[in-house]
Amino acid sequence: MRKLALSDDILMQVEKPARYIGNEVNSVVKDRAKVAVRFAMCFPDVYEIGMSHLGIQIIYSMLNEWDDVWCERVYSPWVDLDKIMRKKHIPLFGLESQDPVRNMDFLGITVQYEMCYTNILQVLDLAQIPLLAVERGEDMPIVIGGGPCTYNPEPIADFFDLFYIGEGETQYRRLLDWYIENRNQGGTRGDFLKGAAKIPGIYVPQLYEEIYNEDGTIGGRKKLYEDLPDTILKEIVTDVTDAHYPLKPVVPFIKVTQDRVVLEIQRGCIRGCRFCQAGQLYRPVRERDVDRLKEYAAQMLKNTGHEEISLSSLSSSDYSRLDELLDFLIEDCSRQHTNISLPSLRIDAFSLDVMSKVQDVKKSSLTFAPEAGSQRLRDVINKGLTEDVILQGAALAFEGGWTRVKLYFMLGLPTETEEDIKGIGDLSNKIAAVFFDTVPKDRRVNGKVQIVTSTSFFIPKPFTPFQWAPMCTKEEFLEKAYQTKQGIMEQLNQRSIKYNWHEADLSVLEGVFARGDRKIARVILEAYKRGCLFDSWSEYFHNDVWLQCFADCGLDIGFYTTRKRADDEIFPWDFLDCGVTKEFLLREWKKAQTETVSPNCKVQCQGCGANRFGSGICYER
Amino acid sequence: MKIRIKFAKYGTMKFIGHLDMMRFFQKAIRRADIDIKYSEGFSPHQIMSFAAPLGLGLESYGEYMDIEVRSMTSTEDMKRALGQVMVEGVEVLSVTVLPEQVRNAMASVAAASYSIKMKEGSFPVAGLERKLQDFYSQDTIPYIKEAKKSTVELDLRQGIYELHSDADGAIYMLVNASSSGNIKPAMVLEKFFEFAGVEIPAAAYQVTRLETYTETTAEGAKRRFIPLAEVG
Repeated sequence: MRKLALSDDILMQVEKPARYIGNEVNSVVKDRAKVAVRFAMCFPDVYEIGMSHLGIQIIYSMLNEWDDVWCERVYSPWVDLDKIMRKKHIPLFGLESQDPVRNMDFLGITVQYEMCYTNILQVLDLAQIPLLAVERGEDMPIVIGGGPCTYNPEPIADFFDLFYIGEGETQYRRLLDWYIENRNQGGTRGDFLKGAAKIPGIYVPQLYEEIYNEDGTIGGRKKLYEDLPDTILKEIVTDVTDAHYPLKPVVPFIKVTQDRVVLEIQRGCIRGCRFCQAGQLYRPVRERDVDRLKEYAAQMLKNTGHEEISLSSLSSSDYSRLDELLDFLIEDCSRQHTNISLPSLRIDAFSLDVMSKVQDVKKSSLTFAPEAGSQRLRDVINKGLTEDVILQGAALAFEGGWTRVKLYFMLGLPTETEEDIKGIGDLSNKIAAVFFDTVPKDRRVNGKVQIVTSTSFFIPKPFTPFQWAPMCTKEEFLEKAYQTKQGIMEQLNQRSIKYNWHEADLSVLEGVFARGDRKIARVILEAYKRGCLFDSWSEYFHNDVWLQCFADCGLDIGFYTTRKRADDEIFPWDFLDCGVTKEFLLREWKKAQTETVSPNCKVQCQGCGANRFGSGICYER
Repeated sequence: MKIRIKFAKYGTMKFIGHLDMMRFFQKAIRRADIDIKYSEGFSPHQIMSFAAPLGLGLESYGEYMDIEVRSMTSTEDMKRALGQVMVEGVEVLSVTVLPEQVRNAMASVAAASYSIKMKEGSFPVAGLERKLQDFYSQDTIPYIKEAKKSTVELDLRQGIYELHSDADGAIYMLVNASSSGNIKPAMVLEKFFEFAGVEIPAAAYQVTRLETYTETTAEGAKRRFIPLAEVG
């Protein structure tokens, strides 16, 4: 029987002790004496969130397939256990072995959203690993970062020994082999990092320095050694069908956010919405073979016992064999009493037919993401959805029995006017009107339709055409939300429309982190020291503390958020290469300002640069 | 066909709550390819019912659940198939076919036996067996139970069927576990430690459920407890 890192007494005191004991179905336990490399893979948020992430399951499964490596999982201890561990000096441990993380060779941290930055420091701190990479001794694990936020790693660069830029399947073997080789020949931590910096996709921040202009913008970068690469190209899987896939994912005991089999049908997106970071980062689109997906679905359901399966991709409707895959799943799953949870699909006759087969129409709601209230602004952001398409989809849905519709919009998009904001209320109202026109009185189930309109605040992200765009201030955001609310209140069908909006403080901070430079690390460190943690959980978010930290560090929030950037400004992330060229992004930024749309990858290549990877949609036409 | 499954839950698994154990078995049954019956309706669920819920932190060698299956080869096959999809700390002890007329596990629970051991050393009670007997020979053992809105006064004595110490220094008790009169071992221990004049934190001892019983009055009026697995 494994010995737990936490005593019975502690486990009985904390909420959901199952978060900390491991032992889940398909978790991997190996013999300590028989592995060369111990790897702790961390999602810096609470267990239920972290366990729902597909990326970690892929890396976990891949690393554990290798006999000489043991990969374990680590999540952020919740605030109750956090307090106890600090008080009793209990070191953070891997769930599988229950051994301290600081005794392992690597600590990998996936960075999926900006608001987890203080949790990265929590994990390091509880693991008793120095927070700053340069202060770590020879006996400390190598701390690796990966995931979407590491496409601008600079705000957190001081905390990591290295970043793995891009898809994890490709370079880990080479990285670990170099680690073993360096250790066998008596090399130091420094030797390892220098060698690692030459592996494709690996960025070692302490070997580079940012050079600033007088106005605070980036002037360039200095390499500490001549033979280091100037730019780092993201890693990418060229054949997703044959790439490693976790057919035996870990099955948690407690209910987690994603309590189901997740089938990744493709990577990337053809759409090119100009606000969307994922749409640029994961180019080009690469589809997984449909027959392989059918096999995977059957095996994964059998291996986990999950009652539900869900498809994962950025835009499932664009998967070329979606009909065939869904027909198969519906047929196969109904026999096994398995539910299918559908990703957001484009609303048309086909998808409505599928949805009516797999979900209770009366209880479920349909989602549209017009993102902007007017056609003009939708053209600016290159969101192909037109009002006609939305209204036709809504009419079909209402005929099919649906009475609940969710609408997603963004406020604060570049070039936005009061007219565009007014359009949000108008469109919500038109959809409600479609219901009353389509469904005769005697067929209205609850007598009414429910439209839920939600807005989030637009945050410019690196490697998007909008990376040059000024972001709104908190006051501007709140004014826009107020206008939206007013716009909805004036509508004829306003009683059928419910309006939700996001918190503005959090968005502003996210905006700073998204386009920040290395100076931001000081603020993050300071905020953490003053108690900031779990910032993405609104009950633990202390905006006043953050504002004070910026002031005390002498950094101006507006410099990172509202400042207008020149076309030729060097950005902190420009030394990374995600495949898409800066020339293409600038071209798209100019087209946005002239309200010109760009066709998607299937219609016409826009020359973004991602064809250099030699795979995917770029070579399919 | 109704099937009764007896299982043990121990070690780290004592930190998995009752509802999560149900989820665990729902998935295990799917992994083991057991041809379980599903309910009708838009979201069908497995026909499955658990006997007396076990509190968080308790171990057990006498847990039960009943399921209904559409088909099966043999109870041995089912036991083997389930055994292959368990985790460390959950063990399927027996699989038996229930006669059709038997009430489900939940409804038929009458009593449960427990063994309580100090995690380290022995109970700091001089003359443990004697003290237990003195405690047990009281006519009433009043206990104030805090409910959500009110407090209820119970007499524990009526629900304690056996209480003594074992050769290895553990406390053994057989208590009411029916849905109407369930007595938690912690309630008895609280009163006993008070009676013995000692203070022992809950984390210092381990409670283990040994068996869950149903009741039979078949032989005259004399009450008899039999393990749930031995029905039919």
